[in-house]
Amino acid sequence: MLEVRDLRVSFSSEQGLMRAIDGVSFTVGEGEILGLVGESGSGKTVSLLAVMGLINDPNAVIEGSIKFKGRELVGMPNAEMRKLRGREIAMIFQDPMTALTPVYTIGWQIAEQILQHQNISKSAARQKAIDLLAEVNIPNPADAIDRYPHQLSGGMRQRAVIAMALSCNPSLLVADEPTTALDVTVQAQILDLVRKLQRNHKSAVVFITHDMGVIAEIADRVMVMYGGRIVERGLRNELFLNPKHPYTKALLDSIPPLEGEKPKRLRAISGSPPSLLNRPTGCCFGPRCVFRFDACSAQPELGKLEHSAACFLEGAR
Amino acid sequence: MTKAPLLEAVSVSKDFAVGTRFSARGKQIVHAVDGVSLAIMPGETLGLVGESGCGKSTLGRCMVRLYDISSGTLRFDGKDITKHSMRQMRPLRKELQVVFQDPYASLNPRRRVRDLIAEPLRVHTKLNEKQIGERVAQLLSLVGLQADHALRFPHEFSGGQRQRIGIARAIALEPKLIVLDEPVSALDVSVQAQIVNLLADLQERLHLTYVFIAHDLSVVRQVSTRIAVMYLGSIVELGNAEDIFIKPAHPYTQALISAVPVPDVTKQGSGRRIILSGDVPSPINPPAGCRFHPRCPIAQERCKIERPALLQTNDKRSVACHFPLNK
Ligand SMILES: Nc1ncnc2c1ncn2[C@@H]1O[C@H](COP(=O)(O)OP(=O)(O)OP(=O)(O)O)[C@@H](O)[C@H]1O
Ligand SMILES: Nc1ncnc2c1ncn2[C@@H]1O[C@H](COP(=O)(O)OP(=O)(O)OP(=O)(O)O)[C@@H](O)[C@H]1O
Ligand code: SF4
Ligand code: SF4
Ligand SMILES: [Mg+2]
Ligand SMILES: [Mg+2]
Repeated sequence: MLEVRDLRVSFSSEQGLMRAIDGVSFTVGEGEILGLVGESGSGKTVSLLAVMGLINDPNAVIEGSIKFKGRELVGMPNAEMRKLRGREIAMIFQDPMTALTPVYTIGWQIAEQILQHQNISKSAARQKAIDLLAEVNIPNPADAIDRYPHQLSGGMRQRAVIAMALSCNPSLLVADEPTTALDVTVQAQILDLVRKLQRNHKSAVVFITHDMGVIAEIADRVMVMYGGRIVERGLRNELFLNPKHPYTKALLDSIPPLEGEKPKRLRAISGSPPSLLNRPTGCCFGPRCVFRFDACSAQPELGKLEHSAACFLEGAR
Repeated sequence: MTKAPLLEAVSVSKDFAVGTRFSARGKQIVHAVDGVSLAIMPGETLGLVGESGCGKSTLGRCMVRLYDISSGTLRFDGKDITKHSMRQMRPLRKELQVVFQDPYASLNPRRRVRDLIAEPLRVHTKLNEKQIGERVAQLLSLVGLQADHALRFPHEFSGGQRQRIGIARAIALEPKLIVLDEPVSALDVSVQAQIVNLLADLQERLHLTYVFIAHDLSVVRQVSTRIAVMYLGSIVELGNAEDIFIKPAHPYTQALISAVPVPDVTKQGSGRRIILSGDVPSPINPPAGCRFHPRCPIAQERCKIERPALLQTNDKRSVACHFPLNK
């Protein structure tokens, strides 16, 4: 369904060239949910914005190839891309306010989205918008529809955006932290909606989240990003039970426990992520890695195995 | 505890008017916060949890008087600040800070990070420009950002990086009370661990008091001394963090804890989750009696008529339920 090859995104700035995405390749198949986790600032959002053709920063340079159902998206004219978005590909943004306009009611915005892609009357679109809000569990959807974004709570805004993305049953859904502003009970319902989309429409889903519990629950495969690269990928169970990359291990160790003794301090990874202006040569996790050894001064690549880490440790690739 | 509370809310309510004269039903009132009484003790972290839209952010903003409250009383450090004007609040702004839930919306997009963090220092302190520069660099490194980030604009940051800018701004003045509204929700678990540790260090060093709003219950458990659980504008359970996790007394708290996704692939689908059925009620016309009764798995006739008050069940716990669990 989606095939990304050697994607590179950089931003030129006063201080030099910032390489945000440094050679990322992955595929997502029909009816598959791919979980994407990783360091904050590691390039999760930027890589998926690139897939959506939504990097508008004039300083950005995008290289590589992104194929959706066999069609190349890099370099596709804007008008064509816009047609694809909303009808076949939909995105739920990390920050709901980027998808909503403050000056219109959410009902108007959802109906407008529906009207762009479906040939139905205004009142039918409005009714559909109400149904969608009900589906994402917004209380009193018939009232909520006439509210402006600032009159909704953070989680309600997020659900309005989810309703908008689901309005066209997209065949590829890109969800960037869709449930972080939601309490766990609503979150569970949203995860069900995503699963329903995947099952009933064979949609492919890329799901970015920091919540390892959500990944453990919903993803078929998992990809871990660090410093603009993919450092580990594999089937969900293998990756959770037998993480290969030192970063993945450290990440799993940082989760605060829900039961048992409360640790005095949480285990964080010491040091800071690589600066995008001058990346370290060799392994990008090297400066923070406790296993670092001689070989690590070269750059490790992912191996061919289904479950593989970009690391020189034995058995990792 | 004989200490005096740092912040005290007595029957605080906050209503909003919504809808326009053009909408089908005309103007309506949202009871976002409904009669909340709370005492926040100096040096503690009060975790505030509850369903999306239940009024956590609104309550947090009322506490620091970013909103005028509709009724009730607010005392800070023993002083009644309920009716303080903007000007009267000014000296207190330094003591009462907020980290907003929506980091992007709360940062001025046209200002560089350096200036965003320096702003409270310029307004409230007498530091000179050089000292301010040093302080900004120090704050950036405290929250795990790099020196070369200082000259960049908010849109050049990832979600989690923006959230850290908000935290740096809030701790810049070393306030007494910080309301942290979802401060770590956009951070990966390792940076989250760093920030949680940082907040704990600052708290110990500067004796800060936090109100910590979050949906991630494992983080709330880690940081909180006490937890307040809200449902539809009111507090339904209040008690020691640890106790609440081990033995929730309110059926809503129990459902909430049961729904936490666990990062353990061997424990998936074990059916521990309590699914709440029924419609999520609206704060415009909340249900009569116990506001949770349409969704409560153990509701009885009495619950539909009589609204349970928040009562102390033992010395450390208060519950608003006619039939609390684990009694
Ligand atoms: N328009 C831009 N100009 C310059 N740098 C940018 C721009 N957008 C993003 N970046 C940088 O690119 C890197 C990747 O950002 P991205 O938003 O993809 O991170 P992320 O993995 O989604 O992080 P988070 O989990 O915090 O949302 C970051 O270091 C960010 O500072
Ligand atoms: N400015 C406003 N005008 C009208 N209604 C508002 C306003 N701000 C909040 N509300 C309403 O008040 C209720 C409580 O909102 P609040 O933002 O406090 O919820 P929350 O508990 O923080 O939710 P979340 O977890 O989703 O952030 C919601 O029903 C919301 O729609
Ligand atoms: S390649 Fe070397 S430095 Fe990099 S993660 Fe593996 S062991 Fe650590
Ligand atoms: S008062 Fe009744 S309806 Fe309300 S939580 Fe308790 S048992 Fe459930
Ligand atoms: Mg992001
Ligand atoms: Mg909120």
